[in-house]
Amino acid sequence: MGDVTLDAGRTRRWLELLGAALTERAEELTRLDAAIGDADHGTNMARGFRSVREKALAQDGAGVSGLLRGTAMALIGTVGGAAGPLYGTLFLRMSQATEGRDGLGLEEVRDALRAGVQGVIDRGKAQPGDKTMIDALDPALAALDAAIAGGMPAPDALREAADAAERGAAATVPMLARRGRASYLGERSIGHQDPGATSAAILVRSLADAAG
Amino acid sequence: MKKLINQVDDVVAEALRGMAAAHPDLIEINLGPDYVVRKGAPVQGRVALVSGGGSGHEPMHGGFVGAGMLAGACPGAVFTSPTPDQIHECTRRVSGGAGVVHIVKNYTGDVLNFEMAAELAQAEGIEVASAVIDDDVAVKDSLYTAGRRGVGTTVLAEKIAGARAEEGGSLVEVADVVRTVNASGRSMGMALTSCTVPSAGEPTFELGEDEMEIGIGIHGEPGRERMPLEPADRIVDRLLEPVLSDLPFRSGDRVLAFVNGMGGTPLIELYVAMRRVAEALGEAGLRLERTLVGSYITSLEMAGLSITMLRLDDELLRLWDAPVHTPALRWGM
Repeated sequence: MGDVTLDAGRTRRWLELLGAALTERAEELTRLDAAIGDADHGTNMARGFRSVREKALAQDGAGVSGLLRGTAMALIGTVGGAAGPLYGTLFLRMSQATEGRDGLGLEEVRDALRAGVQGVIDRGKAQPGDKTMIDALDPALAALDAAIAGGMPAPDALREAADAAERGAAATVPMLARRGRASYLGERSIGHQDPGATSAAILVRSLADAAG
Repeated sequence: MKKLINQVDDVVAEALRGMAAAHPDLIEINLGPDYVVRKGAPVQGRVALVSGGGSGHEPMHGGFVGAGMLAGACPGAVFTSPTPDQIHECTRRVSGGAGVVHIVKNYTGDVLNFEMAAELAQAEGIEVASAVIDDDVAVKDSLYTAGRRGVGTTVLAEKIAGARAEEGGSLVEVADVVRTVNASGRSMGMALTSCTVPSAGEPTFELGEDEMEIGIGIHGEPGRERMPLEPADRIVDRLLEPVLSDLPFRSGDRVLAFVNGMGGTPLIELYVAMRRVAEALGEAGLRLERTLVGSYITSLEMAGLSITMLRLDDELLRLWDAPVHTPALRWGM
């Protein structure tokens, strides 16, 4: 068992950074969504994380799992759209995967994130290449796997994951959307970055900033 | 942005309060979570119909709550699906012991949120049957898309299945009526102008003075193609052709034609379109049995229209004609 990568304090920091970044970039996310969706992703995520701040982060003494669960419930209850159930499921599965544990090592963080991403796949039925959140999350997991196999220190490994997520989000530009509202556009979805992949990359970046 | 609102964040709740003030004899509202229920709900021993979706499509769905139609409606934020806890609480509130039918328009967000809500309700012992509406022929239905969108047929399904629930149909029967209507209805819409989501503050898309968008969705999602503006008759033909050939409707079929305004198109223009619809149906040998003309499933202030055709049989016709009394649809009572 190596160093602690994620504990309650860092989880709290992650969620705060994530909320701040999503709020700051809400207009950009909504603009991306206007191009291939329904122009509400930034607004919805900002509203969701306002509730995370007011509810989940207000609970004193909550551990990693409790904070993630509170985040899931706040998002499920306020975001709406597809992002509410999808991000809600991601945090709920992460909460289940971290139940009863408070000082998580890098591998445990990776496993929890993998459980969360699997939850998103189970609910949304998206595969890599469909131009969705998964296109940022899947490369992040692969980068974490490689970093762990290579014995990379946690802060570097998480930065690699965040870089991979951002590259993954950028790589959605030429993709044809096959899930979600953007899929209605067919060929016209090509040439735009997916808003869900963009917010998912923000999620991984803020995790790296908080836990690294 | 020029809108008749107070604060952007208060639009949905204030509109619900306004509905409650206007129709205290028909509906009751709950705020936080937001939902509209039929006055006096639940009706014991009756199947309850619940629908929902983003706000901005008024009168759908809240305007269709009342006798002979929906038992409950869950409005989300503008163009954003309602949340699972909200749908769950509404479902519980209208459940009269005979089960609850969820009518879900086929959008990823709506489907996922209703799915989670149905799981929550079922965990409490409320029987829920879900029926999806996916009638928009502008969207390709394939394994590689989220499937067709739910549009105009939703209004007709809520009316017709609501009549079946009112007369005591079982959960399975009422859900089957929704599916039959969905299988018999096809729609397509077009836009002359964009709409502006209050929280976004600017138009969702840009459309030139001399352009129109054919195959538009009800959230300002781009459609099949953008082209130069044409006369009304030509536009009606452009929408009718794919709608009629998709089912397909055949000569001799009895039909209901629903000419729907997108929110910013005056009734006078809808009647201009209705005139051509009736003429074209005659040319195709279809028997126009019933019509619905007006703005019932809208996209805020978007100008444009959608056309929905529903193939009728004796049973659907009987249920369509059954009495209904809601804020937005009323006849026979």
